[in-house]
Amino acid sequence: MSPIKTMVAGTFGAALLALPVTLPAAADETAPANLANACAGCHGTDGISPGPTPSINEISEEDMIALLTAFKNDEAAVTMMNRIAKGYTDAEIAAIAAYFASMM
Amino acid sequence: MTQKSTRRDVLKLAGAATAATVAPTIATAQSAGGVVVIGAGFGGATAARYLRRAGVSVTLVEQNSSFSTCPFSNTVLGGINNFSSITHGFGGLRREGVNVVRGRVNAVDPDAKSITLDGGDTIAYDRLIMSPGIDFKWDAIEGYDEAAAELMPHAWKAGSQTNILRRQLEAMPDGGVVAIAPPGNPFRCPPGPYERASLIAHYLKTEKPRSKVLILDAKDSFSKQGLFQAGWAELYGDLIEWVPFSEGGNVARVDPATNTIFTDFDEHKVDVANIIPPQRSNRLVDTAGLADGGDWCPINQTTFESTIHANIHVLGDASIAGRMPKSGFSANSQAKVCAAAVAALLAGNDPASPSFINTCYSLVAPDYGISVAAIYRIIEDGTIAPVAGAGGVSPSDAPASTRALEADYARGWYASITADMFG
Repeated sequence: MSPIKTMVAGTFGAALLALPVTLPAAADETAPANLANACAGCHGTDGISPGPTPSINEISEEDMIALLTAFKNDEAAVTMMNRIAKGYTDAEIAAIAAYFASMM
Repeated sequence: MTQKSTRRDVLKLAGAATAATVAPTIATAQSAGGVVVIGAGFGGATAARYLRRAGVSVTLVEQNSSFSTCPFSNTVLGGINNFSSITHGFGGLRREGVNVVRGRVNAVDPDAKSITLDGGDTIAYDRLIMSPGIDFKWDAIEGYDEAAAELMPHAWKAGSQTNILRRQLEAMPDGGVVAIAPPGNPFRCPPGPYERASLIAHYLKTEKPRSKVLILDAKDSFSKQGLFQAGWAELYGDLIEWVPFSEGGNVARVDPATNTIFTDFDEHKVDVANIIPPQRSNRLVDTAGLADGGDWCPINQTTFESTIHANIHVLGDASIAGRMPKSGFSANSQAKVCAAAVAALLAGNDPASPSFINTCYSLVAPDYGISVAAIYRIIEDGTIAPVAGAGGVSPSDAPASTRALEADYARGWYASITADMFG
């Protein structure tokens, strides 16, 4: 396992345990599909990645909220998602998580 | 291709991952009007595919029988991938119900709401989405016209130009000089010329180590500059030389017969000359005046509908999309927002608020990736702007493992976005 992966696994495992799982807030006025479809550029259509980028289609709603919130707050360090997650409000993160969960 | 789930496995978030879930398919449209899309690139193919997912009937008009991507064409130039690996057919789009028509559009008629193909066929539309990409300003560099581009390739549209440049690199003797001349802003794929310099340097370092890459730049700064220059110093020593505008980098004239490049102050006789000329929107937009006399098409940046003609949407490189760069990722992101807006408008609904992402990975070497990203929203004046406090470039002090991971994710991005475009 590469150092960064080890770091992520360690940091993230701790972050997940520590983070309270919040209920989805009311969706922002930005349509959930408009928020979530942009993810496909790296993670594949509907979050199903055909290559080395992680798929995100089978992450539970609660876990995705926890993940994105941890990335946003730099509580888990990865290569890209810390920069991306900072572009979304908590309500938008909840809307994205609910959108992907609705397709499971 | 195999499906990986690195992060999920590492994080043990999910239980045993099963096969990919099947996307929800929406039954064929009732009578949502017909949409015609011009161009099967990052913008057009994506728009067509997502309109089908929304149940809208779509005709996609493309002049070629397949699409070769500019992104990752630098890996072909660097001898890492074959040209076929960046070429994509339209079978997946057809299977999803997109009516793919091969033809070259020669005019758009906003009054008749139709387009005309070479040969005279016309296709009527309720709404038209144009993602026609760029054309070159052949008059901008003295001596650089379409004939000159056969000798001094731009390779800024993937296709025969890519192959010409690759053959020239292969034929060049060790000790030769490869010149790359990037244009001023704005242009398609801002980090592209510098990734190209990197991957050509990778090839030369491996195969022809006494050679040199000379970048003659019309600018004094460029995308991800610090990361590129640090990577070049680390990997290629002095193999790559960058000459900025202020130090005489600007190319004023070329002589294709002698492979000579004349800058404002100097002349360079080189072995391979990759001239990337200044750009504008594809001239097809002029048949309907969509660029309004300028280089790029003004649009409503929420719906991508032209401000010149109703019912015509322009996206991707050809459009003025606020502060989004002209990139394949931008066009893909815009296309999904545009498709949703067009579907809403056809159904008589208000378009939803957009959200966009642009992420540009660049390979400094096959195992050395860097990136820049931003999230974009509509701001008060109606234009697209990056969200403050988000996005940015890869850290300057990252370890080799991070560079290697970003190189993997660059390949992952390519696999994902081309699947998102073509099914």
